[in-house]
Amino acid sequence: MATKTYIQAIAEATIEEMERDKSVFTMGEDLRHSVYGATAGLVERFGEDRVLDTPLSENGFFGAALGASLCGMRPIVETVTSFLWVGMDQLISQAAKMRYMFGGQAELPVTFRVRMFYARGASAHHSDRNYPVFMNTPGLKIICPSNAYDAKGLMKTAVRDNDVCLLFEDGIAISSRMEVPDNADLPNGELLVPFGVANIVQPGSDVTIVGIAGGVQHAIDAAKVLEAEGVSAEIIDPRTLVPLDKETILKSVAKTGRLVVVDPAHKMCSAGSEIASIVAQEGFWDLQAPIQVVASEQVNVPYSPALEPLIYPTPSKVVAAIREVLD
Amino acid sequence: MALDKQQLVEMYRRMCRIRYFEEAVIEIHSSGELIGPAHPYIGEEAVAVGACAALRDTDRIAGNHRSHGHPIAKGGDVNRAMAEILGKSDGYCKGKGGSMHLADFSIGILGESGIVASSVPIATGAALAAKLSKQDFVSLVFFGDGASNQGACHESMNMASLWDLPVIFMCENNGYAITTSYKNSVSVDHVSDRASAYGMPGVLIDGQDAIAVWEATNEAVRRARAGEGPTLIEAMTYRFEDHSLGLDKIRKSEYRTQEEVDEAMTRDPLPIHRSAMINQGFATDDECDEIEATVHTEIEGAVEFARNSPYPKPEDLYEDMWATPV
Repeated sequence: MATKTYIQAIAEATIEEMERDKSVFTMGEDLRHSVYGATAGLVERFGEDRVLDTPLSENGFFGAALGASLCGMRPIVETVTSFLWVGMDQLISQAAKMRYMFGGQAELPVTFRVRMFYARGASAHHSDRNYPVFMNTPGLKIICPSNAYDAKGLMKTAVRDNDVCLLFEDGIAISSRMEVPDNADLPNGELLVPFGVANIVQPGSDVTIVGIAGGVQHAIDAAKVLEAEGVSAEIIDPRTLVPLDKETILKSVAKTGRLVVVDPAHKMCSAGSEIASIVAQEGFWDLQAPIQVVASEQVNVPYSPALEPLIYPTPSKVVAAIREVLD
Repeated sequence: MALDKQQLVEMYRRMCRIRYFEEAVIEIHSSGELIGPAHPYIGEEAVAVGACAALRDTDRIAGNHRSHGHPIAKGGDVNRAMAEILGKSDGYCKGKGGSMHLADFSIGILGESGIVASSVPIATGAALAAKLSKQDFVSLVFFGDGASNQGACHESMNMASLWDLPVIFMCENNGYAITTSYKNSVSVDHVSDRASAYGMPGVLIDGQDAIAVWEATNEAVRRARAGEGPTLIEAMTYRFEDHSLGLDKIRKSEYRTQEEVDEAMTRDPLPIHRSAMINQGFATDDECDEIEATVHTEIEGAVEFARNSPYPKPEDLYEDMWATPV
């Protein structure tokens, strides 16, 4: 078994799926020169027809991907969270709604690979963690891998799924490295991670920490700090937000009685607040303490290195939240 | 290549089908039976019918909010269209789309769209699929003069020309974006003038003449199938009704003069096509009368069908969300 980075895992998944199925192709900006790191060598391997460098026209090429998918193709679209805003009409009015609006006639097997850069001095226009916006729109599957293994397995599942999938690639996790099995070592010869099945990162008994995307690592770091004090934390990574494996979360809270959610998105109407809402409505009698949501401050992302780190969840904020629920 | 008798007659039948369908929708709306918005295509029939006459069943179309004419012209079923407009379970979209979202994927109708210009990228993508999968279908998108100002149009035309995609951009220039006139919203004399900016042919035609629309579309389709890329066609037309049913009761002033409307109505596409067929010896008055009578009966049947169709059931609410179940 080899260790791979998150971004290598995404690249591998892309190559494997393009080799497996001729209807899979990639489109996006600057693919040939792999500006975002996951498309190097694709043109040489698959040719220009299957690796389309697009003009800077997100609304246009998001829509073109959708139109192509209606006619039997399976596009993988590479983009960045902040550019989703530019193509919002196609994402919301078409991608999310076409199938339902047309009474189930449309199949839209499009995977949007969305790089989520933040915490790197890029300021407000290039630091969006906007998956909660899309959770609020029925019709889109929202995938948030937190590590290389899930990135590969979820990406491959997304490409084979017949609905529109938005796969958010956490900009902090993309260079993280972990063991990802080679296909030859897998019983089915390939790595597929199903949607809607949470990963119990570590079992525990005192508190449940649900981490989303880059929030999972903060949960792991915080749990290590408190482990020294004898606190046993159960860490859950939902991996997909739509569909959401709420059963695993509720079951864990039933055991621990305490919940902390770590979400890099802005707090208001975040994935974290949705999970808190579900547990408050469906798991209230299991709770021993009020739920804590550690999410980004409700302020735009500032540029200065003196300010930007203040807004995101950190391990120490998670530690404080755990202390709060254990208090 | 020219249209034969059978094609010309079928075009007339479809124009009548759209006209009477819309008249029935207006009647149903005025009786209070229709709850949602609807945008009559009356006056513009020659554009959809002339364009679709140049297409095959496997070719794809996409449209806009003025949404009943395009699918009927492509060969859509009036029963299912009317049932959809009434929100019934036998409708094209099982009552989930309504007037603005008629679609029939089985005959290449990829759906109408309530957001102006948003189906232009979709049709461009359909053409991209044809190219990438080396199939010989083309796609055609109907949009208005108002839509021509949306970025989606610009982006799509640039990509289509850049990649030589088999797509036909069919602009239905009816002179108004709801109430905003062409001259107050478009910077050039004609939308088709913009074609040169994308390096594609721009063709300006009389949109009241179905045969002229067919001729221009036929040439654009030939180009598209030959791999020569997209064409922008601008069909000059006019909507005889208001933008949407009931708008006259909401807006506070007139945006078109009665003289202008009356003048436009002297160029009704139905009598224009009927006369052309008769003058060229392709049909007689009696034959045309018979077509009209048959289509009237057909539309009465569609209204009956729609009224008798059951509403969707509450348990249908969550159906059709996902192709791969969650």
